[in-house]
Amino acid sequence: MEKKIKVLIAKPGLDGHDRGAKVVSRALRDAGMEVIYTGIRQTPEQIVATAIQEDVDSIGLSCLSGAHNKLFPKVVNLLREKGAGDVLVFGGGIIPDEDIQGLKDAGIAEIFLPGASTETTIAFIKEHVK
Amino acid sequence: MSCTDKKARLAERQTQWQGMVDKALSRFPERKEVFTTTSGIEMKRLFGPADVDAVDYLEDVGFPGEFPFTRGVQPTMYRGRFWTMRQYAGFGSARQTNERYRYLLGQGQTGLSVAFDLPTQIGYDSDMELADGEVGKVGVAIDSLADMEILFDQIALDQVSTSMTINAPAAVLLAMYIAVAEKQGVSSDKLRGTIQNDVLKEYFARGTYIFPPQPSMKIITDIFSYCKDNLPNWNTISISGYHIREAGSSAVQEVAFTLADGLAYVGAAIKSGLDVDDFAKRLSFFFNVHNNFLEEVAKFRAARRLWARLMKERFGAKKAASMMMRFHTQTAGCSLTAQQPDNNVVRVTMQALAAVLGGTNSLHTNSRDEALCLPTEDSVRIALRTQQIIAHESGVADTIDPLAGSYMVESMTSEIEAKALAYIKKIDDLGGVVKAIEAGFMQQEIGDSAYAYQKSVETGDQVIVGVNKFTVQEAPPTNLLRIKQEMEIEQRKSLAAVKAGRDAAAVSNSLKTLRQVAESGDNLMPAIVAAVKTYATLGEVCGVLREVFGEYIES
Repeated sequence: MEKKIKVLIAKPGLDGHDRGAKVVSRALRDAGMEVIYTGIRQTPEQIVATAIQEDVDSIGLSCLSGAHNKLFPKVVNLLREKGAGDVLVFGGGIIPDEDIQGLKDAGIAEIFLPGASTETTIAFIKEHVK
Repeated sequence: MSCTDKKARLAERQTQWQGMVDKALSRFPERKEVFTTTSGIEMKRLFGPADVDAVDYLEDVGFPGEFPFTRGVQPTMYRGRFWTMRQYAGFGSARQTNERYRYLLGQGQTGLSVAFDLPTQIGYDSDMELADGEVGKVGVAIDSLADMEILFDQIALDQVSTSMTINAPAAVLLAMYIAVAEKQGVSSDKLRGTIQNDVLKEYFARGTYIFPPQPSMKIITDIFSYCKDNLPNWNTISISGYHIREAGSSAVQEVAFTLADGLAYVGAAIKSGLDVDDFAKRLSFFFNVHNNFLEEVAKFRAARRLWARLMKERFGAKKAASMMMRFHTQTAGCSLTAQQPDNNVVRVTMQALAAVLGGTNSLHTNSRDEALCLPTEDSVRIALRTQQIIAHESGVADTIDPLAGSYMVESMTSEIEAKALAYIKKIDDLGGVVKAIEAGFMQQEIGDSAYAYQKSVETGDQVIVGVNKFTVQEAPPTNLLRIKQEMEIEQRKSLAAVKAGRDAAAVSNSLKTLRQVAESGDNLMPAIVAAVKTYATLGEVCGVLREVFGEYIES
């Protein structure tokens, strides 16, 4: 049997809006992936520690509070420091278009905006997790 | 014709009509096999007299201002005064937000509503590490009384009512408000407004909790008791379904879980020694208004009736004011689309109209750009104008509860009430709200509804105009409100200046007293008021309470 893709869905920062994170977690699970959801109010350090401990293939970051420019790159940098730079990191939330390029330059592979379907996210992960 | 004859004749005609329907269906099937609301209530093809057979006008509907308040809480409703038009606002620094408030008041808004940033809502100062990147983002940053003085600069607190969306640290922000008023020469008995102060829903729908449930309930009942004696015109809590709905619940779940929280607060207050008729009149509620127009109108009517009955039956409330559900409504943030954002103006208009037809006491209308960012001034003005057009031009405010007596609306009102009550009984069986939260009951129910909704959008069963149908290629939106990163640095600088300029001994003494009071179990409010007056910061005050009460960890 093919190995299941393992994904960590995480809520960095103080934002409590986790409807999207939970819906995506469930959709990925229904698509046959193994999903761990961190719960809200995680620091980048906690997220990276969980990701390494659980040996995940990918991390999905959700933030609707506007703190994404600080928090998302911090997660990617910490992963690289810990030698886990190959983990595929994607993000979602209320993220202005003008921030997307900066986040991609920082190493976030893709940003999913309000209205994105879970199908798109699933297809993206399947395509990019090696 | 006798009553029985009439019924028989009605049944006969109904059968005839059904024949006609069947003929039509054989040629033109309907759009769906079954039509349902968000709560899974069937929307029948046609509602008629038989659907309201069980509704007794005097028992179940009654008159506005009278038990069970189905038709509204005041005898004249909007013929006397429109609902309060209250736009939730706050971003960046206290100075920026103060400018927005004075703009809104100048545009005819009739009450203020403060949005705080996340560090403030979770009891952290702007200079703490956990606040990094969040300062001033989703609301205004308040670190100490100094910020609060700027926030209400040139706004006379005896002339305006202020609602504050603050929960776990509600006591601290209320204390700061009292202190600002005192500096303006306004005594606390003149203050009118609301603190959200509804921590229970934070554990399962909104996330800005600090302390575990038990000390949280203690702080809440301390506030009830303090306000009863010192702020008689203050709404001590706003029991909120808004965020439950945003988290994905159905309309019925919104009513049920909100009222279940309400019952827990009333129970706790009575247990702490308060008389129900001494505090219940200052309880207020806060609901969402979503897209399913008729279900929403019925939801508000059902919520009022159910609360009145529960207060009377479960707690033996005697005063009418103790059974009256007064509520604020906000249009559904989660219904806004980032695609073709101008369409949101239309959604908000329909939702606002449903809230008014449902008899809301105050209303916030969302701005068209809120799926993208905080609203710009132009967007906020259109949102406020939407309310003003409904109030002054549509005519719906000129008669009370105009949809009463509609077979469909009365039937739906009864159905929502019954279904919500069934949920409340289930929560009773689990041992009450706190136990239900620990068991993950509400979280699971809300999660199931949210996921079912998402699936229905993705299959196209639920059409969202501009998202999964009628889409267009769009250029990225321009003219969005951004909070600059420098704001966070500025806020930290001004906090440092406040800390350098205050009487350090007075601060440390006031915090010491606060700790003693917290450990003793006495009412916390006087010590918190004393502490904020020394410019002890929000983070310092909450820090002491964190040490005494511990912190809640999501399981």
